[in-house]
Amino acid sequence: MAKNNNLWQEFSKGLFKENPIFYIVLGLCPTLAITTSLENALGMSGAVIFVLTFSNVVISSIRKIVPDKIRIPCFIVVIASFVTITELLMQGYFPILVKHLGIFLPLIVVNCIIMGRAEAFAKNHKVIPSLLDGLGMGVGFSLAIILIAGMREFLGTGKILGRIVFRCFSPSLIFVLPPGALLTLGLLIALFNRIKKR
Amino acid sequence: MDVKAILMIIVSMVFINNFILSKFLGLCPFLGVSRNIKPALSMGLAVIFVMTLSSSITWLVYRFLLLPFNITYLRTIVFILVIATFVQFVEMFILKKSPALYRTLGIYLPLITTNCAVLGVAVLNINTFFVNNNPVEFSFIYSMLQGFFAGIGFTLALFLMSGIRERLMLNDTPALFKDLPIAFIIASLMSLGFMGFTGFNF
Repeated sequence: MAKNNNLWQEFSKGLFKENPIFYIVLGLCPTLAITTSLENALGMSGAVIFVLTFSNVVISSIRKIVPDKIRIPCFIVVIASFVTITELLMQGYFPILVKHLGIFLPLIVVNCIIMGRAEAFAKNHKVIPSLLDGLGMGVGFSLAIILIAGMREFLGTGKILGRIVFRCFSPSLIFVLPPGALLTLGLLIALFNRIKKR
Repeated sequence: MDVKAILMIIVSMVFINNFILSKFLGLCPFLGVSRNIKPALSMGLAVIFVMTLSSSITWLVYRFLLLPFNITYLRTIVFILVIATFVQFVEMFILKKSPALYRTLGIYLPLITTNCAVLGVAVLNINTFFVNNNPVEFSFIYSMLQGFFAGIGFTLALFLMSGIRERLMLNDTPALFKDLPIAFIIASLMSLGFMGFTGFNF
């Protein structure tokens, strides 16, 4: 029972307590750039969860073979391979989404969360906890970007997933433009600081 | 060589499409290293240097290695490896030639590998200066200029931000907004200012 509890903790810490975006503040570039609509955020979430989980599993299973000095290039190659797999799969199945995400799809490689989890967790933990850690962090990241994207899409265009919500609501375009992204994230981090303090 | 095209690259990279404030590339160092002016400038210089040279190297690799062998889908893996190796090499070179500069740059050098701006500009060069996998005229020089001026734009934003944040330390900000949240809000206002350059043309 205690063991199960531990495993659940590895998964759940990424959701709220150590949420990669709001508390650790990592992986900001895609967070801000692609959250102009909920649809993009959902696509990005899928890609990041996939890459993060699998790269954590692979890195944790090769952790005893890789010499310490060259571990970072090795990790990067593992991550880049999974990103390439994602890129090819998405080009095959969701070509429109690929166009929307654009340059940020290959840039998942340099998303600090993935490298950060490899360094901080997968490098010195067993395979199963690493898998759960990757999954949890990925889901935490997804929840955060979905929240931001939802807010921005609603405030900026008055729509959610492309559908108009309130007829009488006049949207302010600024929220889908770059300044709105920074403003939303700043206010959300302040809000989470407040929740954490309680 | 078209002077107009070059001017456009300069204005676009430094102001209109500023990498930090309108494209959101390289935000981690932007927030992490912008507390004081001096380290911010050192980081900026290191980024300009690495971006210019890695733009040229990745262009060469793409043109003469990936295209002839028809393996362009390996772009991401190859580019990140090239950049990681190059940064490591620069680090060793600076350590050997100028230990003083090495001490100033210190921990910022290895961090550049995971700076999305560097990989970002490499991918962007390929996307803009290769039409159907054929390089446009002078695309090598354009790529290098794009890398250089993207670095200048990055440094400009970093420099402005660090100046503001240095003053902000003395101010009485609400406890909840201390440090990061207020930095985001200031960045948002700066980004609003930079939006004024949109549509600027020659």
